[in-house]
Amino acid sequence: MARTVAAFKVDHFQFLGPDGKLLDNQHVPSLARDFERLRELYKLMVLTRTFDKKAIALQRTGKLGTYASSLGHEAAHVAIGAAMQDEDCFAPMYREYGAQFYRGVKMSEVLMYWGGDERGNDFSQPKHDFAWCVPIATQCLHAAGAAMAFKLKKEPRVAVSVVGDGGSSKGDFLEAINAASAWKLPLVLVVVNNQWAISVPRSKQNTAATLAQKGIAGGLPSIQVDGNDLIACLWAMDKAVKAARDGKGAFVIEMMTYRLSDHTTADDARRYRPKEEVDEAWEKEPLLRLRKYLISQDAWDDGQEEELTNECVEFVQQAADEYLDLVANDPQPVTAMFDYMFAELPHDLAEQRAYSEKYPEDGGHH
Amino acid sequence: MAQITLIEGITLALARAMEEDDSVIVLGEDVGVNGGVFRATAGLQSRFGDERVIDTPLAEVMIAGMSVGMAAQGIKPVAEAQFCGFTMPMVDHLMCHAGRMRNRTRGRLSCPMVLRFPSGGGIHAPEHHSESPEALYAHMPGIRVVIPSSPSRAYGLLLAAIRDPDPVVFMEPKRIYRWQREEVIDDGEELPLDVCYTLRDGNDLTLVTWGAMIKETLQAADELEKQGISVEVIDVATISPLDMDTIYESASRTGRCVIIQEAPRHCSVASEIAAGLADAGIWNLHAPVKRVCGYDTVMPLYRNEMKYMPSVRRIVDAAQQVLEVS
Repeated sequence: MARTVAAFKVDHFQFLGPDGKLLDNQHVPSLARDFERLRELYKLMVLTRTFDKKAIALQRTGKLGTYASSLGHEAAHVAIGAAMQDEDCFAPMYREYGAQFYRGVKMSEVLMYWGGDERGNDFSQPKHDFAWCVPIATQCLHAAGAAMAFKLKKEPRVAVSVVGDGGSSKGDFLEAINAASAWKLPLVLVVVNNQWAISVPRSKQNTAATLAQKGIAGGLPSIQVDGNDLIACLWAMDKAVKAARDGKGAFVIEMMTYRLSDHTTADDARRYRPKEEVDEAWEKEPLLRLRKYLISQDAWDDGQEEELTNECVEFVQQAADEYLDLVANDPQPVTAMFDYMFAELPHDLAEQRAYSEKYPEDGGHH
Repeated sequence: MAQITLIEGITLALARAMEEDDSVIVLGEDVGVNGGVFRATAGLQSRFGDERVIDTPLAEVMIAGMSVGMAAQGIKPVAEAQFCGFTMPMVDHLMCHAGRMRNRTRGRLSCPMVLRFPSGGGIHAPEHHSESPEALYAHMPGIRVVIPSSPSRAYGLLLAAIRDPDPVVFMEPKRIYRWQREEVIDDGEELPLDVCYTLRDGNDLTLVTWGAMIKETLQAADELEKQGISVEVIDVATISPLDMDTIYESASRTGRCVIIQEAPRHCSVASEIAAGLADAGIWNLHAPVKRVCGYDTVMPLYRNEMKYMPSVRRIVDAAQQVLEVS
C-alpha cells in the first residue's frame, strides 16, 4: 500500500495581459495602481531596449566584441533590479542590463566589458555586486556565498542571482538551492526562462512541467510568473526579497519570457527556430503591454513616448561616445594585465611585468 | 612546549586564525562534530560554534562556489576538501572565479579564500584519494599553491595562507600528517608564501622536493652522505609563486640537481623547476638535471602505490647518475 508523503503544486502569476489589460481588475497588487513607479520602470525598460539596439549596432560595425542581447527580457530584468536595495548583492549572468542600470551600473561599463576592457567590470556602483559571469550558473553559488556572508555577519542584506532555463540544468543552480535550503539563506534565485539555451529549446532540456519545481525539490518556496508582465515580476521579486530579508529563507522565481534576439551577436537563431514562433513571441513582449496599460490608465501618452524615445537615443549615444573615447584615448597598457592579479605582485609576475614593458605595443592586430 | 605533528600544526593554525579574526570560518564535509576525516578540525566546532565551523551538504562544487561568494563579500572561508580527488569539481570555481576575481574587477572585489585538502598517496586509501595535483593548481593564474612538510611549516604557512588577501590552495601531505613531531610555538608567527626552505646544507648535489617526498629525499641524502657526498636538500613548500632564486643559487653552487616529486612527470612542477634552472644558467650546471617522479600513469590502487612513488633507491640512483658526469 502506498501513501503520499509529499505533494507539490506550482502557482503561475500574471496580472497584465498582452493586450495591456488587467486579467482581473479586483485582485491586483497595489503596484498596479502606482503609476509613478510603473512609469519610472517603463522608462528604464525602453532605455534598456534602446541601449541593446545600440550595442548590436556597435558590434555590427566592428566597434564592440561579441554582445549578449537582452531583447525581450526587459520586464524581468528591470523588476529584479527594482526589488533590490543598494546594499543587496546582485550576481548576474551576462545579459541583465535592466537590473544593473537600475542599480547604478553605467552603460559605458557594459560596453567596455563586451568591448574587451576589464575596466567595464569595475562598476562605479554598486561596488559589491559581482561581475558578469560567463561560466553558466556558477553565479548562483557566488550569490549563495554572499547570502551566507550576510547571514554570518547578521546584516539584513539579500543576495539575488539570475540563471537561464539552460543554466537550470547545471549542478551549480541545484547546489545553490540545496545550500539555501539547508542554511535558510537570504537568497533569491531567478530563472529567466527565455525558452532557448542557445539552440536547445526548453522542450529538449528536460520533461519537468516547470523549472520552478526544481526549487521545491530542494525545499524552497517556488513560483512561476509571466516574465513579460512587469507587475507580476516585481510583485514576485518584492515578496521574495522581503521574505529573504525577514529571515524566512530563500525563494525561487521562474520568469517565463522569450529571447527575441539571437543568443549573442555570434549566433544566428534563424538556423534553429521558426520565424512563426518569434513572431508570436513579439505579440507578448513586455514593453508593448505596459505601454498600452499605462495609456489606458491615462498615465502615459504618445507625446511622452516620443520625448522618451529621443531622450533614450541621446543618452545611449552619450554612453557609446564615452566608451569609444575611453578605449581610443585611454587604453589599458600591457602592464594592466599584471596589476590586479594579486594584492601584491609576486616576484615571478613582477619579472614578467618588467619584461612586458619592453614590448608595450607588440602582438600585431586583430 | 608541546611536540606536535603536522596535522596538529594545521589545527593549531586554524584555531589561532579563528581566534584573531572573526571573519575566518571553516567549512567542509564532516569538519564539525566529526572534526574532519583526518581530525584536522578536531575541537574547532565546540570552541567556535557551528556558525564558524560549518558542516556542509555533500557538494564540492557548492563548497568552492560559496567560498568564492563569501570571500568576495567579507568572510574569509577556509574550505576543506576531504581528499585531493574530490577537488576536481571545484576546479571550475578556482580557475574561472577565485583566481580571476581581483583581476576581472580591477581590484573592486577580491577572493581571500583558502582551499585545503590532503593530497598524495601512501596511506592505503581507496581510488581517487591519493593523487598529487599540485601542477594543475600551479598552472592557474591568480592562485597561490602551498605544500608544507613539517609541523612548524604547516602552522606558519597556513596562518599566512589564511591572512593572505588572495586565494590559496593549501595541499597537505597526508602520508606525513603524523610522521614527525616538532616543537611549535603558537605565537601567531606566519611564514612567507614565496620562499623555499633549505633543510640541509651541502656542496656536491642539490635535492629539491616538497610534501611527503621529503621523507624519502632525506633518507636518500643520508645514504649519499654515507658515501661521502655532501647533499643540500631543499623543501620547495611554496609551489606558486616558485622561489627559483633559492633553488638556482643552490644548484649553481653544487652544479648538480635532482628534483623529486610524487606527481606524474609530464608538464609538472619538477619540469618547471628543471626548465627554470636551464633558463637561469645552464652553464653553471655540471650535469643534466634529473627528475624522479611518479609515473605518467593513473595512480595505482594501494597494493602498488609505493611502487609508483619515488623510492629512496630511485632517488639515490638518479643522484649517482648525476654525480658520475664529470
